[in-house]
Amino acid sequence: MFAPRPDIRPATVEVFVEGRPVLVPEGASAAAAVLLAGLPAIRETPVGGAPRLPYCMMGICFDCLAEIDGVANRQACMVTVEPGMRIAAQRGARQARPGTAPEVAA
Amino acid sequence: MSVTHDVIVVGGGLVGTAIAYGLQKRGLSTVLLDEGDVAHRASRGNFGLVWVQSKGLGAPHYQRWTRGSAEAWPSLATELAERTGLDTALHQPGGIHICLSEEEFEQRAVYMAQLQREAGNLGMEYRMLNHAETAEMLPGIGRAVVGSSWTPYDGHASPLYLLRALHTAFRDAGGTYRPNAGVSEGTAAPRDFSVQAGGETHRAPRIVLAAGLGNAALAPRFGLEAPVRPQRGQVLVTERTRQLLPMPTTSIRQTDEGSVMIGDSKEEAGYDSLTQTPELMRGMAQRAVLTFPWIAELNIVRAWSALRVMAPDGLPIYDESGRFPGAFTANCHSGVTLAGAHADILAPMIAAGELPPEMAPFSARRFHDVRSAA
Repeated sequence: MFAPRPDIRPATVEVFVEGRPVLVPEGASAAAAVLLAGLPAIRETPVGGAPRLPYCMMGICFDCLAEIDGVANRQACMVTVEPGMRIAAQRGARQARPGTAPEVAA
Repeated sequence: MSVTHDVIVVGGGLVGTAIAYGLQKRGLSTVLLDEGDVAHRASRGNFGLVWVQSKGLGAPHYQRWTRGSAEAWPSLATELAERTGLDTALHQPGGIHICLSEEEFEQRAVYMAQLQREAGNLGMEYRMLNHAETAEMLPGIGRAVVGSSWTPYDGHASPLYLLRALHTAFRDAGGTYRPNAGVSEGTAAPRDFSVQAGGETHRAPRIVLAAGLGNAALAPRFGLEAPVRPQRGQVLVTERTRQLLPMPTTSIRQTDEGSVMIGDSKEEAGYDSLTQTPELMRGMAQRAVLTFPWIAELNIVRAWSALRVMAPDGLPIYDESGRFPGAFTANCHSGVTLAGAHADILAPMIAAGELPPEMAPFSARRFHDVRSAA
């Protein structure tokens, strides 16, 4: 469904979307990689569980939330790809984990 | 064009709408005049606690009023859900006030004991909990938590769904809602009031002023006074996370949708609700992280400030005009907590035509009477 415009920039950066390797141009966003990977959805909404793909591509709609390199709920359209980046689906609300966060001093 | 009603309610926020709904469902034809988005809209910035345990020290009538409202809430929530299909997300699992130092804990223990003494025959169940006991109720607390106070009466709800449900139920019951209808002119005579708002004239034998901070200027026109001032509160909201908080605390709650809300700041900043102060936000966030270290992992996605409606002594004002019987005021800073009382205790009093003697301590006349000064 999505394809890069021809002869803009060569796709030289390899990232992994849901474990699948995708080549994207340097400077592209993680959301672009998600669209090129051809997935049906990159997140499910926390309340209704509806599937979502990147939409506004400019940091407004939050529909591109993904788990990027292990960090939940990142706006994929605002994150620039880096070689080896791992972009995974954000399924529902993220999990905060009692007991794992370091305690700050009082 | 002049329209006649049984009651005019000025103010389309949580207070005015709860009262208007309570009147309309009891068969009084009611018009609800809403100024519009130029108003300060305290009801859009509310934190959402249905809270009992921090209210009414030195004012047993207020403690009773708050408790009565918390008790009236479940039937209000059920009724609104049945009538509108909207879930106000009411949960009343009890609540916790966190203490982060021995000093805070000792002060809280004194406070709660005094509150219980003042409750008299009504009684007030509470417990002071040490760190381990608090951790049993709220898993994931930080080492910095010295202890807490707990009562079974506290809870929380969604202020926005409540506002929407009240508006919907009011209109479904046949109430007349007028948006963009700030009151420009008004005339008062005993049991005969008329106001101009939004290009119309409305007449009624009763009028209820529930315009929040706007009451300060409005009340004197109807033989009343409402010396309220703005007190700014700030709120931080995190991204949604899976449910971790089984009950709310005084300053941290988790919504049904999963957002964690952090609140409870108090600033005297006049009518400025646009500014947010980073040092204050930092302090709120730090206290939240000391209380629940896992909050540090979450991103803050929204923050806002809004203006509480505060009387000089911090208590609500419910009053009726001696000069113009039929004119009432209602002002408070707890539009969510007191929604139950406003819809189902206060509205029947107004429908009956006058406030009963037990409401006298809430009159603004208290600000002139040195004998009753708290």
